[in-house]
Amino acid sequence: MNPSSETPISLARRAWNIRYKSVQMGAVQGQGYVGQALGISDVLAVSYFHSLCYRANEPEWEGRDRFLLSIGHYAIALYAALLEADILPEYELETYGTDNSRLPMSGMASYTPGMEITGGSLGHGLGIAVGMALGLKAKKSDSFVYNLMSDGELGEGSTWEAAMSGAHHKLDNLICIVDFNDQQADGKSTETLSSEPLDQKWDAFGWYTQRIDGNDLDAVIEAFDNARNHEKPVPRVIICNTKMCKGIPFLEEREITHFVRVEADEWDKALQVLEEGKPA
Amino acid sequence: MSMSRRLSKWEPRKPVPAEERQLTSAMIASLAAEGLPTVSAPFGHALAELAETQENIVGLTADLAKYTDLHVFAQKHPERFYQMGMAEQLMFSAAAGMAKEGFVPFATTYAVFASRRAYDFICMAIAEDNLPVKIVCGLPGLTTGYGPSHQATEDVAIFRGMPNMTIVDPCDALDTAQAVPAIAAHDGPVYMRLLRGKVPSVLQDYDYKFELGKAKVLTEGNDVLIISSGFMTMRALEVATTLKADNIGVSVLHAPTIKPLDTETILRECAKSGRLVVVAENHTEIGGLGEAVAMTLMKNQVFPEMKHVALPDEFLDAGALPVLHDQYGISVSAMLTKIKMWLNK
Repeated sequence: MNPSSETPISLARRAWNIRYKSVQMGAVQGQGYVGQALGISDVLAVSYFHSLCYRANEPEWEGRDRFLLSIGHYAIALYAALLEADILPEYELETYGTDNSRLPMSGMASYTPGMEITGGSLGHGLGIAVGMALGLKAKKSDSFVYNLMSDGELGEGSTWEAAMSGAHHKLDNLICIVDFNDQQADGKSTETLSSEPLDQKWDAFGWYTQRIDGNDLDAVIEAFDNARNHEKPVPRVIICNTKMCKGIPFLEEREITHFVRVEADEWDKALQVLEEGKPA
Repeated sequence: MSMSRRLSKWEPRKPVPAEERQLTSAMIASLAAEGLPTVSAPFGHALAELAETQENIVGLTADLAKYTDLHVFAQKHPERFYQMGMAEQLMFSAAAGMAKEGFVPFATTYAVFASRRAYDFICMAIAEDNLPVKIVCGLPGLTTGYGPSHQATEDVAIFRGMPNMTIVDPCDALDTAQAVPAIAAHDGPVYMRLLRGKVPSVLQDYDYKFELGKAKVLTEGNDVLIISSGFMTMRALEVATTLKADNIGVSVLHAPTIKPLDTETILRECAKSGRLVVVAENHTEIGGLGEAVAMTLMKNQVFPEMKHVALPDEFLDAGALPVLHDQYGISVSAMLTKIKMWLNK
């Protein structure tokens, strides 16, 4: 089912590889949303190397699970996962953000194999996911739709329109992942427009709700399995509390901002720090 | 100069006698003139019929099935009808999602809610991905007297600016019914302005067939060329008949596809010398058919004398439609007065 299930590479190593590739891409441009990428790498590792069903050489295979990146600015993280999953060839990593690249800074459906939707304008993914989940049900498909969104998108009314709709239409093939890193453009999400108590909100909207440490691989695996296997005909949400810049302590400790400032000489240092913690 | 008849809200009004009272034309306004044949729910019936043979058609609405005639489709094909609730952002996002799964969604609401409220969702989820979602919207332009909340006077201007979007403004029941399979067959997003309920039918008297992207000459005349879309074509035909009695020849060029515009036919007709060109549209004078025609003529250096019948750049009044159409100059009588003035007759 999942292409990686026969491979001996550990999920910890997959997550590390996604982090490493994200930082490598950041280094190519000298900028990028690496803070978010480092935070979400564990979730992407579990998605692409444990849960999702797909064919690396056939990104639009009808039987695939759909993975929607609602947060277009997390593209750097998804590219790292797509590169790691062999959906994109390794050598394109160095084209990140350059002219004519298939890897533009914001994720767009028309540019990149494996990028299902055009993100960037926030609060769009979950509504599109509702339509895809309805469409899959109409086609009697067993595929799931995963929508990865951020806590900032919880401020958009359209997110809650879609949340109501998912429950109303009993979309048990819809799994929403909320990356809760408590960070948006102007500061902490909880201080900008608080969505707490967030798990109670989703629960009240009729979703099977789990809230976990999104940087704890075992917890992520368990939550993803629960979401797929939950028996009730309701949509599923996994709120993942994550840490911006996870895995690179000197960046984790920096006063965290939405667009992490990494000095020119620090990219190599970041890769070096990662190297030191390389898992088996 | 303002055409608004709005008085100060601090001025109490005396009630008019019951026999002189004009009723507000709300959501079910009929545009039929006395004696014109009408057809009930032409969009709903055409879509239900098309769905018999085209299995990937689905219908979505944002709590306005009955008011966009989609209920006819819903009754015939309940398993392919999706009630999305009063959530337009969701509806158009979900329509995009269904299109990505291989369906051809017809999504209905009022024109104001599609153009104003859901713009970003239509733009990014549907148009940017060039998905075959058909956005079919009631109450376009000035077709309700309910007030600015429901009068989509700038919908065409809004959607003309959106890349990939095709815009269709059918004239009557026949045009609407024929447009449905044509827009379904188009592999991309379409915005269609909808006349609903009992819709007049006039084009059966002309040798006419709807073709996406084509403007058609309905009548020939040597003095005036009216280029029109939507129900203004009905009005233009009435103007042509009336002026014929005064020995004024009016040609009517119906342009139901506003984008992409049939520039070839428009240039050909406008280049015929000596005719006054009048563009007539149920839309603000800004950004609609008139400006599209003017830009086409300027770019191609065709310079006829050109006039414009359109709504003013204002938030319009509430009231009775016949009164409002007269007031804002898009009724038959208002058009006749203007055209005679422009011709100095």
